[in-house]
Amino acid sequence: MNEGDIRKILNEELGNIAPEADLQKLDPSADLREALDIDSIDFLNFITAIHHRLGIDVPELDYPKLFTLDGAVNYLASRLKRANG
Amino acid sequence: MAEFRMPSLGADMEAGTLIEWLVKPGDKVKRGDIVAVVETQKGAIEIEIYEPGQVEEILVPLKTKVPVGTPLARIRSEGEAAVPAQAAPIAPAITIAGVPEAAPPAAQPPFPSLAVPGGPAETRVSPAARRLAQMHGLDLSAVRGSGPGGAIVLADVERSLGAPVVQAEQKRAIGLDLDAMRVAIAAAMARSKREIPHYYLQHQVDVTPCEKWLEKANAVRPPSERLLMGALAIKSVALAARRFPAFNGFYQGGRYEPSAAIHTGVAIAIRGGGLAAPALRDADNLPLDELMSRLRDLVQRTRAGRLRSSEIADSTITVSSLGERGVEALYGIIYPPQVALVGFGKAVQRPWVADGAVVPRSVVTITLSADHRVSDGHAGALFLSEIGRLLEEPDKL
Repeated sequence: MNEGDIRKILNEELGNIAPEADLQKLDPSADLREALDIDSIDFLNFITAIHHRLGIDVPELDYPKLFTLDGAVNYLASRLKRANG
Repeated sequence: MAEFRMPSLGADMEAGTLIEWLVKPGDKVKRGDIVAVVETQKGAIEIEIYEPGQVEEILVPLKTKVPVGTPLARIRSEGEAAVPAQAAPIAPAITIAGVPEAAPPAAQPPFPSLAVPGGPAETRVSPAARRLAQMHGLDLSAVRGSGPGGAIVLADVERSLGAPVVQAEQKRAIGLDLDAMRVAIAAAMARSKREIPHYYLQHQVDVTPCEKWLEKANAVRPPSERLLMGALAIKSVALAARRFPAFNGFYQGGRYEPSAAIHTGVAIAIRGGGLAAPALRDADNLPLDELMSRLRDLVQRTRAGRLRSSEIADSTITVSSLGERGVEALYGIIYPPQVALVGFGKAVQRPWVADGAVVPRSVVTITLSADHRVSDGHAGALFLSEIGRLLEEPDKL
């Protein structure tokens, strides 16, 4: 799975959480919580969806690394690489 | 014979539009079953039934708007004999795909034993199914029944004919009408400010113990089982309300009735500018894990516009939490006929004096809006401090 695949999955899950948002226009370096009006339950649902889709259990301490789309893609790519390497 | 009526889903509701039936004549229902979906200003609400029995007859067709209290269906209690359909005053029978669905005639079991021409002698057919099949010259022996005991019901005939199945169409997400919701919020809040003499109190609480406890608990949990501060907030309010009944109940018709059950309304913001406060029922009796999973489910269904009738009308006290991106304090407007609302601001790092030393602590401002017709500031202060005290020991929540 490459970064493009991860980005696609994250976009799908963010679309489920914020169906009205235009994700094409989302700045990948913006804070998702501000840009998509995501609250703590939404964010927990996002982390839960990542666990289901990618098999990666993101600990709470790492949440800040997933506050932007770019940050989340980088974090998950390196976690996957570590898991497979 | 019981009548299942259009429920009142809040003081401001006058009528509702029936948009989906999840039962048909002959179906057995038990307490708590979802039997219909009604569209109101608050979105599509799943309506539960409280009388167990058997659906005798559907009285209101789909897409019909009827006033609160209108009989929607007749329910035969267990053990009660069937009554001929014409014995009761009847609204127009349900119409599916343009064919009137008559109730089964006086019948026990619900589908009279009508032999299918050319089919196995024991196959039963509902009258509406028979009529539709006759209209289209359909041979019923070729139809597989999905009703009780393999009976052929209307949906089976429709499927065989390739006719559009109305129910499937109705299952589409209804979505929330935010304009209608705004009207409902305006009505309830204007009434509240007109009728309820609010008083407000606030209390700062050191929630560092809660944060540490959550951190430890969540470190060993998969994401699907993690807890949030909001769950602790709701539980602490529900437990405190047990000891302070003057904040948990309804003020109606000039008098206050405390509620034995504690159903905390949870204020949930809806994207695009809406707000709903459905009930998390019996919150004081729920273990935190269960409370958290119910909360997640409730938030998800609220935002999808899919709430149940008991969740809309039953809240006995409301909790509003601004979460991590809000501000420090909120002063809520009570949702009538309730008499109190507890608000939680976001946690902020503040210098705090503990054991004679100034230390950084995570502090939340908790507010109480309460009805002065029912309680006074003194009792309100005790209630609010009790919530703060409970949050000092999260492991006991």
